[in-house]
Amino acid sequence: MNTEDLFKVAHIVKQQVPSVDAWQARIIHIEEESRSVRQDILQPVTTEDDMGIMITLGIGGGMGYAATSDLSLTGISSAMKQAKYWAEICQHKKLFDARSLPLMQHSGQYQTNTIQNWKDRSISDSIEQLYQISKQLKISDLIVDWSAALGWKRTKSLIINQAGSEILQQREQILPHISATANKGAETQSRCLGHEMSGQGGLEQLQRLGFPDKAKSLANEAIVLLDADNCPNGTLDLLLSPGQMVLQIHESIGHPLELDRILGDERNYAGTSFVTEEMFGQYEYGSPLLNITFDPTHNEQLASYGYDDDGQLAEKQFIIKEGILQRPLGGQTSQLRANLSGVANARACHWNRPAIDRMANLNLEAGTSSFEELVSSIENGVLMDTNKSWSIDDSRNKFQFGCEMGYLIKNGELSKVVKNPNYRGISANFWRNLKGVGHQKATQYLGTPNCGKGEPNQLIEVGHAAPPCHFSNVEVFGGAK
Amino acid sequence: MKHSFTQLVDFLKQKITTNEQFLLNLSAEESDFVRLNHNKIRQAGHVKQIHLSLKLIQGEKHATGNISLMGESEEDFVRIHRLLNHLRSQLPFLPDDPYLNFSTEINQTETEHSSHLPESQQMIDDIIHTADTLDLVGIFASGTQYQAFANSFGQYNWYMNNNFNFDFSCYLEKDKAVKSGYAGYQWDKASFVQRIKNAKQQLDILKIPEKIIQPGQYRVYLAPSALAEILSMMAWGGFGLKSHKTAQTPLLKMTKENRHLSSLVTLSENYTMGLTPPFTRQGFIKPKQVTLIKQGKYQDCLTSPRSAKEYDQIVNADSEMPSSLELQKGQLKQDDILQTLETGLYINNLWYCNYSDRNEARITGMTRFACFWVENGEIKAPISVMRFDDSIYSMLGNNLLALTQQQDFILDPDTYSQRSTASIKLPGALIENFTLTL
Repeated sequence: MNTEDLFKVAHIVKQQVPSVDAWQARIIHIEEESRSVRQDILQPVTTEDDMGIMITLGIGGGMGYAATSDLSLTGISSAMKQAKYWAEICQHKKLFDARSLPLMQHSGQYQTNTIQNWKDRSISDSIEQLYQISKQLKISDLIVDWSAALGWKRTKSLIINQAGSEILQQREQILPHISATANKGAETQSRCLGHEMSGQGGLEQLQRLGFPDKAKSLANEAIVLLDADNCPNGTLDLLLSPGQMVLQIHESIGHPLELDRILGDERNYAGTSFVTEEMFGQYEYGSPLLNITFDPTHNEQLASYGYDDDGQLAEKQFIIKEGILQRPLGGQTSQLRANLSGVANARACHWNRPAIDRMANLNLEAGTSSFEELVSSIENGVLMDTNKSWSIDDSRNKFQFGCEMGYLIKNGELSKVVKNPNYRGISANFWRNLKGVGHQKATQYLGTPNCGKGEPNQLIEVGHAAPPCHFSNVEVFGGAK
Repeated sequence: MKHSFTQLVDFLKQKITTNEQFLLNLSAEESDFVRLNHNKIRQAGHVKQIHLSLKLIQGEKHATGNISLMGESEEDFVRIHRLLNHLRSQLPFLPDDPYLNFSTEINQTETEHSSHLPESQQMIDDIIHTADTLDLVGIFASGTQYQAFANSFGQYNWYMNNNFNFDFSCYLEKDKAVKSGYAGYQWDKASFVQRIKNAKQQLDILKIPEKIIQPGQYRVYLAPSALAEILSMMAWGGFGLKSHKTAQTPLLKMTKENRHLSSLVTLSENYTMGLTPPFTRQGFIKPKQVTLIKQGKYQDCLTSPRSAKEYDQIVNADSEMPSSLELQKGQLKQDDILQTLETGLYINNLWYCNYSDRNEARITGMTRFACFWVENGEIKAPISVMRFDDSIYSMLGNNLLALTQQQDFILDPDTYSQRSTASIKLPGALIENFTLTL
């Protein structure tokens, strides 16, 4: 579906829209390709070509939506009737009056910058690269499973409304993955270049994401972990790599600051938040080293865009500044309901789901320390890298996270490898113990393509710029004997 | 839907060449979704989606394409023809796949789970009217799901399911709430009213000042909805043949070191009980049941078509993740739960579980919603949320004291991409020395 086709569908929408107070349509075309080699054998090659429309109508302050893959005149007309049906029901049972929402009256465009286009590379060449990586992973009989994969996704969207606004966006994501699993007896350890190593752009992004260079070291590390001691138990200093900081930022800052959670929408599923509306502008979320921004402007980050799915212009905003909570992650609907300023983060994962508050790119701004300086500042601690376990309560406070790889830090130097490193804490205290933040050079622009939330459920990509960070007085522990 | 699918199958049969075969899978739904907060409508709407997956096979080579369809439209023939040509153009560049596995034996099936549901509006009216001033939050989903399979050999399988699933909780304040659910094929307002009455009774207990629990080991009762979280963690890589052959199952010590669970534990993938289609995406017909753990000892794995070819086993599953788990019931009577628990924790829900040490099958997670402190067989107070960290070998091993006689049948309310057809049937569990850590 090219851009012209999107506008053809838009034309049908404009013809079919009934007499209502407000309307918006989001027309989406998603293309995906995935290639994977496991144990030197090509896995099923798949392509995806998916298009549909989400229509939202407003009547008497109520809103109803209908999504359909039927983009014919009949299909769109039928969807209009469904949306109207629900808008009419909603107007008498509505949670808020949608007539107070501001009308989007601007148009605009956004496009991912790509240098090496995915489509310009032959399928043979990309498969051959995966074969080569796969061969590098099988370095020993102890490696019992190994794989390398590449995914690509392009999303074209056109948002239109009754004011004549047109928001046209095209985003491309590149999604590499490598894993190596080692086993000895009943002991199994895995290392991977996980999905946090994803970004927007073309094949040129792969190198900065560690693909394929990390392959051989991953297999080596999986084997080393088999004979490593368990991570010690105790209250120690903790140094988290950018790969693990992605998860830490995501779970214990991103989710609790989503305004729809604070407003209670997610209480039946993803949960609520320990953060309340009164805390904005004054609450000490972390140490003065903590600076968090909502920043959809880094083109290479996974969740960059020009406009959110309500059509709001996306701009960089401080969420936490020098440790003090500034504003929530809430789109225009939540902002209206809470009477708080937010950000442009109303997003839907697909044409078949309505927009909800999402964290998009939530970045921890770089500090001043090099990685070496962070290590040298720790007398007794553990460095942890690559998330493998995550669990947090429904208020996003009590958390426990585990990593694939740990290194002891003794007297300012990295020492031996430890396995099963875990740590636990409470969000409200943890960030106040932030003692050091890596500088720009040590920062990595990462994310995750599959953050789950919402009812009906939605999986969506989010981005996190993550420097390595040093925390003091953290409860760390290893596996059972 | 059925008619348009068969038309597409006939169309493809005409378009493939003599050295080509195809497998075709349809996945579609027409569902209403109503999201409620504070017992009012937050978002409401309808989703109609039709997706088709075509696998084109030439000898040992194959490629798969997934497309969305409009439904009963000439455009769909254009799209599928374009997809066919695209897949055909890929095949020369792909190697033979030694693990390609699809059924060539023709088995026709037709499954239709119909319902007698009123208009969604009527059910929403009943919900909001019954809950009245309660702070109710949740998701109502209702409608029809379709799955179908066909291949170039002439096999045809059809599956249709029409039901509703209302997953909700009622809040007292902050994180103090009662979780509930109502799902099925027939809407009975009286049944929903009873659920709201039960929720109100538990909300009354939540008004009692909460008891602060210290980390330590406790005697606990896990209600079926809480135990389901533990079993869903076991299901995450625990029972697949591939995860066993590559030593990645968290239950590795059951097969490598003869570790076992309590003899009370018999766990199976019970397809006849569940709601999933009886066929796989490669045209194999699932068996009635696969016993995964029998009286505490590991028995069989779930084997997908691809793993079956790789490891020379028989296909018994579509994917290697269970979708119709059943844990056999025990002897503990429902009325005796509190007396048998005596003093400890009554845990209705667990949440956000994950492995803290996969090799030891050690799981961490949180208590959530209405969980209570029980003393001398009486509920005394709600508890604050607590983190647990314990091994399956303990929780469902030596520390498992009893399973209840009553099993709950829980329809999975998940709606990622589309409404889930998974389910689980299980009793509650009485466990001692359950470890709380934070």
